[in-house]
Amino acid sequence: MNEQLVYTFEVIVNGLMAGVLYALVALGFVLIYKASGIFNYAQGVMALFAAMTLVGIQNGQVPFAHLINAIFGTDVHKFGWSVHSFLAILFTVAVMVLLAWMVQRFVFRHLVGQEPIILFMATIGLAYFLEGVADLMWGSELKPLDVCMAQGNCLPQGMNGWLDNTTYDAWGTGVFIDNLDIVATIVAAILVIGLIVFAQYTKQGRAMRAVADDHQAALSVGVSLNFIWVLVWSLAGFVALVAGIMWGAKSGVQFSLSLIALKALPVLMLGGFTSIPGAIVGGLIIGVGEKLFEFLIGAPFLGGATENWFAYMLALLFLVFRPQGLFGEKIIERV
Amino acid sequence: MKYKLGTYAVAAVMAASPVMADLVFPSLSYRTGPYAAGGIPFADGYADYFTMLNERDGGIGGVMTRVLECETGYNTEKGVECYESTKGEGSLVYQPLSTGITYQLIPKTTADGIPMHTMGYGRTSAANGEVFSHTFNYPANYWNGASGAINYLLEQNDGDLNGKRVALVYHNSAYGKEPIRTLQELSAKHGFEFKEVPVDHPGQEQKSQWLQIRRDKPDYVIMYGWGVMNQVAVQEAANIRFPMENFIGIWWSGSENDVLAAGDAANGYKALTFHGVGRDFPVFDDIQTHVVDKGNAAGAGDQIGTVLYNRGLYAAMLAAEAVKTAQEIHGEMDITPAMMRDGMEALEMTEAKMAALGLPNFGPEFNVSCQNHGGTGLVGMTQWDASSKTWSLVSDFAPSDMDVIGPLIAEDSEAYAAENNITPACN
Repeated sequence: MNEQLVYTFEVIVNGLMAGVLYALVALGFVLIYKASGIFNYAQGVMALFAAMTLVGIQNGQVPFAHLINAIFGTDVHKFGWSVHSFLAILFTVAVMVLLAWMVQRFVFRHLVGQEPIILFMATIGLAYFLEGVADLMWGSELKPLDVCMAQGNCLPQGMNGWLDNTTYDAWGTGVFIDNLDIVATIVAAILVIGLIVFAQYTKQGRAMRAVADDHQAALSVGVSLNFIWVLVWSLAGFVALVAGIMWGAKSGVQFSLSLIALKALPVLMLGGFTSIPGAIVGGLIIGVGEKLFEFLIGAPFLGGATENWFAYMLALLFLVFRPQGLFGEKIIERV
Repeated sequence: MKYKLGTYAVAAVMAASPVMADLVFPSLSYRTGPYAAGGIPFADGYADYFTMLNERDGGIGGVMTRVLECETGYNTEKGVECYESTKGEGSLVYQPLSTGITYQLIPKTTADGIPMHTMGYGRTSAANGEVFSHTFNYPANYWNGASGAINYLLEQNDGDLNGKRVALVYHNSAYGKEPIRTLQELSAKHGFEFKEVPVDHPGQEQKSQWLQIRRDKPDYVIMYGWGVMNQVAVQEAANIRFPMENFIGIWWSGSENDVLAAGDAANGYKALTFHGVGRDFPVFDDIQTHVVDKGNAAGAGDQIGTVLYNRGLYAAMLAAEAVKTAQEIHGEMDITPAMMRDGMEALEMTEAKMAALGLPNFGPEFNVSCQNHGGTGLVGMTQWDASSKTWSLVSDFAPSDMDVIGPLIAEDSEAYAAENNITPACN
């Protein structure tokens, strides 16, 4: 096969998979915005917090160790045990649910009925507060993330070795597919199907949709707004954990992980803030678009590093023709 | 009433006046934010060395040292604020630990008469002391690094890089672009093909860049990265099965942080350095005894011997030696920033001196002069062993190609002098 064609195909496949990773981050934003109309600035920090908590639990790290040692003059850092990845993920989910409850109980419960900009500001405060708590709780140093389902079967490498080896030499030049991206794609697919099934076929899911459509009407039929918001923030926390694992597996868990939110913004602009399929399709379009542009035009003619601005330009183009995004709900206000 | 007011005024003036009874070393650190993982060990090493001098020797020349830490978050504006808020404390020398902050502080420190040391970063042409009177970048700079990498590759290829392909993966910022001109000159001189591959901040996603490298198949990749960009690049290189022994990072891409995330796949990765690695140096015993064991460590004490901790310690050691030199020159123990500048400009680092400090063979020997604020530009190569999780020095500290770098320094510094109406001179 023509070498250039193979490389272009490789770029498209990898762009699609990068798009899945972007979509994972965007999903968290969509969930909260859909149910409460809040643009959650803290979503990136939630991914960081979740990933740090996961690594901390896995490694048996004592939370707030530096603080404890500074106050009490002790020298404790670790419990001396390590926790299996699966169990650690379960514990982390529990922490994220607790966080969701606290966010609802101590922040948003007091802001019901406020302007969207006030709620947005509250999430900015939440982001910085959470970043500080994460720092105090687990420390600022970089932590390698090994999520293992079995011995030698860990992210980011070690999974799908067969596929990796097969594709590596295909058609002479090979088609590179990252193991981690394959796992991310499978996980994202399961996550989206799970979220759709939850929203369509469960009582809580239907209640969540009712609140999203009209929270006053939902309240009038006995749906608890507080419960639904805790549920939605918990789901967003879970999505943040998944995104944190996928991104953190590649770079290690560190504070720059919160910047992955920047990758989700053009996806949201393109896919719409209220659509789960929109986040996925938006992610795929942004992923393929930016990679192809960099490969065909950016690197050869513009000196490279075009991805960041091109993603936003692409989203802007879509906005001009479809302001609500590809799958967003069109808002018509009649006077 | 008047008497009371007068008393308060005197008290206020006394409280606001700088405390002159100690040697003040501001540390523009970043323990928070996206680059904290790199900022913490450096700040710890810098602070711990001065604490050790206080505890073990009673300071320098009998005058206690004081580290004045100010958090910048690796943010240029905050860095400038830190400078403004600490310069009145009698600060002797600034280590901004950021190229962006350095560029902002060059004119400010010159105007205020306070020296600045940008070790292995900052404006490379500051090596010309006739133009940059208060900025020092010994013992090595970015261009020494680029040349050191090419010299190492020449050595690996029997002195011939003709027809080889070398790619530069760089942070798309003023810092990352620094080596481009040098590598272009070296490419013309040695006949290798040179390709630039920029990565935008923060570098969390580099798929395009590494697919490009997979397609272009360079023989060697040199990296000028920082923070998360390094970890992702090492991981992506491993993913496309790029040979790690042909992947060389600058010293800001060569710490434990940069390779641990990739696990075994990072084995064999190389990085340039201008100082020793590991904790097998006598000075660390003193740090343990006089700092960590007494509970005076700046951090948790778990960073000792890591690459960036050693770099912070090295920066502190060079600052302390410059103080000693200044004290000798002026016969004054409680020195001023102007005296400190004189000490830095007359600094001589010999092997005998380093051995006496408990740091034998820790760094290259060099002299600083008015004309040369950059030292000798000797750089070494380190390599990562993933099984033992250690870096080891795999080359001697070797000279860089000053025939190429010298004219570039002269050209850039002369342009700066012309822009700022500076008449190059030695005082």
